[in-house]
Amino acid sequence: MIEQHYNFAFLDERTKKRIRRALLKAVAVPGYQVPFGSREMPFAYGWGTGGVQITASIIGQSDVLKVIDQGADDTTNAVNIRRFFERTTGVASTEITREATLIQTRHRIPEVALTEAQILVYQVPMPEPLARLEPRRRETIKMHALSEYGLMHVRLYEDIAQLGAISRAYDYPVLVNARYLMSPSPIPKFDNPKMHMNPALQLFGAGREKRLYAVPPYTPVRSLDFEDHPFEVQKWEHACALCGATESYLDEMIVDDQGSRLFVCSDSNYCEDRRDGGHVGTQQAVSLRNVVPDQSEPGISSAGGAA
Amino acid sequence: MYVAVKGGAAAIESSWRLLEAQRRGSGSLAALSVSQIREQLSLAVDRVMSEGSLFDPELAALAIKQASGDLLEAIFLLRAYRTTLPRLGYALPLDTARIALLRRISAAFKEVPGGQVLGATYDYTQRLLDFALLAEDSLATQATVSTAAAQPNAGQFGVSDAASTVPRINDLLANEGLLETPLPADDAPRADLTREPLMFPADRALRLQSLARADEGWLLGMGYSTQRGYANSHPFAGEIRRGFVSVEMLPDELGFVIDIGDLEVTECQMINQFNGNRELPPQFTQGYGLAFGGGERKAMAMALVDRALRADELGEPHVAPAQDEEFVLSHGDNVEASGFVQHLKLPHYVDFQAELELVRNLRAHHAEAARSLADKPGAPSQPTQELA
Repeated sequence: MIEQHYNFAFLDERTKKRIRRALLKAVAVPGYQVPFGSREMPFAYGWGTGGVQITASIIGQSDVLKVIDQGADDTTNAVNIRRFFERTTGVASTEITREATLIQTRHRIPEVALTEAQILVYQVPMPEPLARLEPRRRETIKMHALSEYGLMHVRLYEDIAQLGAISRAYDYPVLVNARYLMSPSPIPKFDNPKMHMNPALQLFGAGREKRLYAVPPYTPVRSLDFEDHPFEVQKWEHACALCGATESYLDEMIVDDQGSRLFVCSDSNYCEDRRDGGHVGTQQAVSLRNVVPDQSEPGISSAGGAA
Repeated sequence: MYVAVKGGAAAIESSWRLLEAQRRGSGSLAALSVSQIREQLSLAVDRVMSEGSLFDPELAALAIKQASGDLLEAIFLLRAYRTTLPRLGYALPLDTARIALLRRISAAFKEVPGGQVLGATYDYTQRLLDFALLAEDSLATQATVSTAAAQPNAGQFGVSDAASTVPRINDLLANEGLLETPLPADDAPRADLTREPLMFPADRALRLQSLARADEGWLLGMGYSTQRGYANSHPFAGEIRRGFVSVEMLPDELGFVIDIGDLEVTECQMINQFNGNRELPPQFTQGYGLAFGGGERKAMAMALVDRALRADELGEPHVAPAQDEEFVLSHGDNVEASGFVQHLKLPHYVDFQAELELVRNLRAHHAEAARSLADKPGAPSQPTQELA
């Protein structure tokens, strides 16, 4: 049922054109944050308005849309956004990554490799990678202009000096095309390597912060690191309990109060696809090995309890 | 065997039904009509119009009804509707001296040309709960007409009918040179917050646009802070006026001014002391606030914050949060703030999983380090290091 009271994809054509012009600039200057006249959308700010505005501006009748949140097609926010585009465009949607021409995502990059025929649209809450070091936009704009990224390197160095490792597990800063420091949006650092030289066009929208940026196809994207502390991604000692995958990003589920955990693929379509192909996991919950029992050590919670 | 949670779509649909039931409340009571809300909750309607940036009492009342009285949700609904409307053109600046007055007070002068008009205000009501209104509930269906005559509206008491000019106190002071008269540069292109993103530094016109749609509570707190010593402000409410003013346009194709309707607004001119500097003699400076309808608290708070944000222009030291335009303006929009605070409800388990893995590893390293320290002869028996 297509909504008749609104324009195709909700936004008026002039607004869509303005957003497309901003996107062209973003593609021309990879990793640079382009300010744009973000509109109020019938979604709350922080719930994907930037991604929705990009998708609304580039979606066409022949597109096939996939929407994921946390890697899954059936999370409530993904359902809501997909339904919005079904209502306002009538465009076909899919859960199968390979079939989609346009994929809007929050917090994940699909596990299967994307192609030149696909566009990945990211929902971005905080587009400024320097925001936690310098909250003032006036300052960070200058820092980007001068490639003044020493502050970020110092921050990462301090982590190593104090904790032995870089304590950024998601939204891990990247350098795009050897020029602009960029927030990959809060994807886990596990997904960072997928951005590098990806054949698909990657577009990023931050509605509330009114910024767009892009990584064009086949653009180098380097996660910041040090020679003696090379960038590493998360690894699990378990495989997916449903499909047995050992190469995918896993979600952890608490299944009882005895410390048992179930690990399953975060990318629901990838997992389904593997199961359809005959792959089977252990179907078992596991108990974790690298968990340090609380009583062995004055941890944060026990110290607070004793005080 | 674990089965992945499915059914997001079904849950959403159920949620809509529950929401509708919550909105309607007890079916044994008559439903509230949009026109009742418009007429009887008019100050709520005014706030929703101001912060929703759309003057449309009927749609604002509808939004309040739909939002079960959650004004921030109503503001969001109105904004989401407003964004679909075309920008047809820009009105001429409102001339608030030509006004059909409902209320006008000055705290700076006992007597002012045009007189003071107390109008409708809660200021002197003593705030005793009026139990007679409670008793009225049983008579709710009976329309009372006796107060109608005292409640002018744009239709029966239009600006053109009144046709009175009530000089603004600011202008009277400015004529004497006692008050600055800041004017925008004529050639400066007019910024439009609704079309272009807010960038810093913002000029005063843009700041005022932003303040006009900013959350009343945020401005109230910010303005209040300037009175308590966070920024050195000594304000006088030079004038507060409420009434109907004309909206006029000069369409290119006509070449003459047309009146397209009336707006009810509340305007506040704050007057602040200024010691002067090498170029300027001592004089008063101003802060300005404007809100739709009877948004008097909003207009006053806005005027305080506007004045505080002029610190750079007036060469004042930056000492307080209310003087920091990026801080004040970036966080004042309640549609943005409410959305981002509440987005924390969305699933974040991918990121949380990444953090879990990290913290577990850091804890394992930490325990290992503590053990090797304890194994060393002469080392303290208790690990002294704690995870920061």
